[in-house]
Amino acid sequence: MNAALQLKDVHKSFGKTEIIRGVDLEIREGERHAVIGPNGAGKSTLYNLISGRFPVSSGAIRLRDQDITNRSAFEINRAGLCRSFQVTNLFHRMSVLDNVRCGALFSLGHKYAFWKFVSRQKDVAERADDILERIGLSGKRDWPAGMLSYADQRALELGVTIAGGGDVILLDEPTAGMSHSEIAQAVALIRRISTGKTLMIVEHDMGVVFDLADRISVLVYGEVIATGTPEEIRNSAQVKEAYLGTEAT
Amino acid sequence: MTAPGTFVARYGIWIFGAVLLLIMPHVFTSSFALNLMSQMGVLIIFSLAYNMLLGQGGMLSFGHAIYFGLAGYFTIHYLNFVYDDIAPYIPVSLFPLLGGCVGLFFGTLVGYVSTRRAGTTFAMISLGFGEMVTALTLILVAIFNGEDGIQTDRVVGPEPLGISYGPNIEVYYLIAVWVLVAAAAMYALTKTPFGRMSNAVRDNPERTEFIGYNSQRIRWLAFALSSFFAGLAGSLHAINFEHVGFEQVSALTSGLVLFMAYIGGVGHFAGPVIGAVLITFLNGTLTTYTEAWQLYLGVLFVAVIMFFPGGLAGLIIMHQPIWRIDTRLLAPLTVPYLLFIGALLVSLIGFIGLVELLIYKTSRLGAAHDLTIFGITMDPSGVVPWISFAIVMAVGVYAIRKAFPVAAGAWNTAIDQARARAAQ
Repeated sequence: MNAALQLKDVHKSFGKTEIIRGVDLEIREGERHAVIGPNGAGKSTLYNLISGRFPVSSGAIRLRDQDITNRSAFEINRAGLCRSFQVTNLFHRMSVLDNVRCGALFSLGHKYAFWKFVSRQKDVAERADDILERIGLSGKRDWPAGMLSYADQRALELGVTIAGGGDVILLDEPTAGMSHSEIAQAVALIRRISTGKTLMIVEHDMGVVFDLADRISVLVYGEVIATGTPEEIRNSAQVKEAYLGTEAT
Repeated sequence: MTAPGTFVARYGIWIFGAVLLLIMPHVFTSSFALNLMSQMGVLIIFSLAYNMLLGQGGMLSFGHAIYFGLAGYFTIHYLNFVYDDIAPYIPVSLFPLLGGCVGLFFGTLVGYVSTRRAGTTFAMISLGFGEMVTALTLILVAIFNGEDGIQTDRVVGPEPLGISYGPNIEVYYLIAVWVLVAAAAMYALTKTPFGRMSNAVRDNPERTEFIGYNSQRIRWLAFALSSFFAGLAGSLHAINFEHVGFEQVSALTSGLVLFMAYIGGVGHFAGPVIGAVLITFLNGTLTTYTEAWQLYLGVLFVAVIMFFPGGLAGLIIMHQPIWRIDTRLLAPLTVPYLLFIGALLVSLIGFIGLVELLIYKTSRLGAAHDLTIFGITMDPSGVVPWISFAIVMAVGVYAIRKAFPVAAGAWNTAIDQARARAAQ
């Protein structure tokens, strides 16, 4: 089995506090891999290390056959890894359509071009139409992103994330703050957008995790204490203990 | 091809602008008006260039006059070189392109350093470079000739098509053509991948990094391109006045363009155009009436920042959702708006009266002659004018406080009606 993403003995300290304490993790090509763990386990930090937001203190991160350790965020994105954010992170004064277009521009080769019009680029239009259709925001394409409802902003967050066509997708609590009916829709959406791609997802809602994930890793205090199928994780005494133990404190 | 409706919608405003530029000198024929309009043109280009940074890219610069002024110096020198047969002849009409390249050169250089960071750091660095270049123009006398600045005669070489640029009207039309070309180019830039990403970096620089972009490079590109157009404007300024001095690179000019962009409105492409026209007009006309023009400009700026942060363009645009639905919905706004404007004028009369009295008392202490304000001659040593203007101002401010909620309420009603109609 090929690894799409591989972390080897990754450490991260902020000052004297070690947040990530030697994480080894392998995300296989084409799987949906969930990372769970109690609050403060370091899930978001782990994402920030993988996606290049923070440098690692030590260790190595590989995206397929490329070493992406401590590369800048845009280089990692260009290498095919895209991520969403836990707190919605959009271009709030721009339209929904322009948000998605911006997500697609670089990967379609338009980069920093100032000699051609965005609206005349067929590839951008097709990509944007497709994404808007998939995230269900076709009807609101001209709305400023800041005016959307929370659930719609979460959907747009996903749209901007996948617009670049990256095939390793990292989602950071995509259903946080949603109602039950919204969560069901979001899960269906995540399933659609991750088909044929590799998905890594951090999620608190266990229903979502066990519904979506092929494999699950449990992160506790900056260490991965178990990785396995949902069945294995559910029955793991170690996980139960760690989870309940930390929950209790 | 495009349908006539969309053609008018897309190009109508540009055709209107071109016709306006064409006929203005025939409507206002005095040489004073012509000079003023030429200045307006130059500053329209400059403030649009400035807004590429501020409104489009989210970069607040306190030193953008560098590129305007340095291109101006270069233009003057080059004209003199052509005159002395040192440099090859270039048609004067194309000088703005040369000036643009000078702006681009320095913008690329300085931008490499200053655009590494956004926000306050960027603003501070821009201020530093502005002061540095201003100091250099005063130190390097051989190049910049200190406080006197340098001058030239723009009539050099052959006269293609009989255009010598001797008469001011020919310079006006040169500026008019470049206003159209530069404005169209800058507008087109907002529609390109670079332009969209410039907006994206303004809204959320961090996210752009996670969709493949180096946000620093976008800021750098925006800075360099903006400097190009600033240089283009600076070159036209030099041709227009045949003189460039240290004021053109100094914080004075940098501040002026900031005022124009803000008062006009940074959130809309046309905002800086409105600002440039209004401020140049007031600057040109009011300086003959009052010594306190700078003070009034400052008050206008503060008022816009505090009460209408969208600027004049923002005030217009906030009515767009209403007139898009039905222009008749604007009719009920007329009376409340006129009341508000009336109250504003009354308080302004009181304020201006007080300021003028104060200036008179402090600057010509002991002068015995009477003072004329608003056509009324009065004795400034008495208390009556002071009390009268204070009362007028108090009444005006009171009226503003009463009229503003009414005007705002009328707008709210109209926008609600428009939204209700749109929802139907």
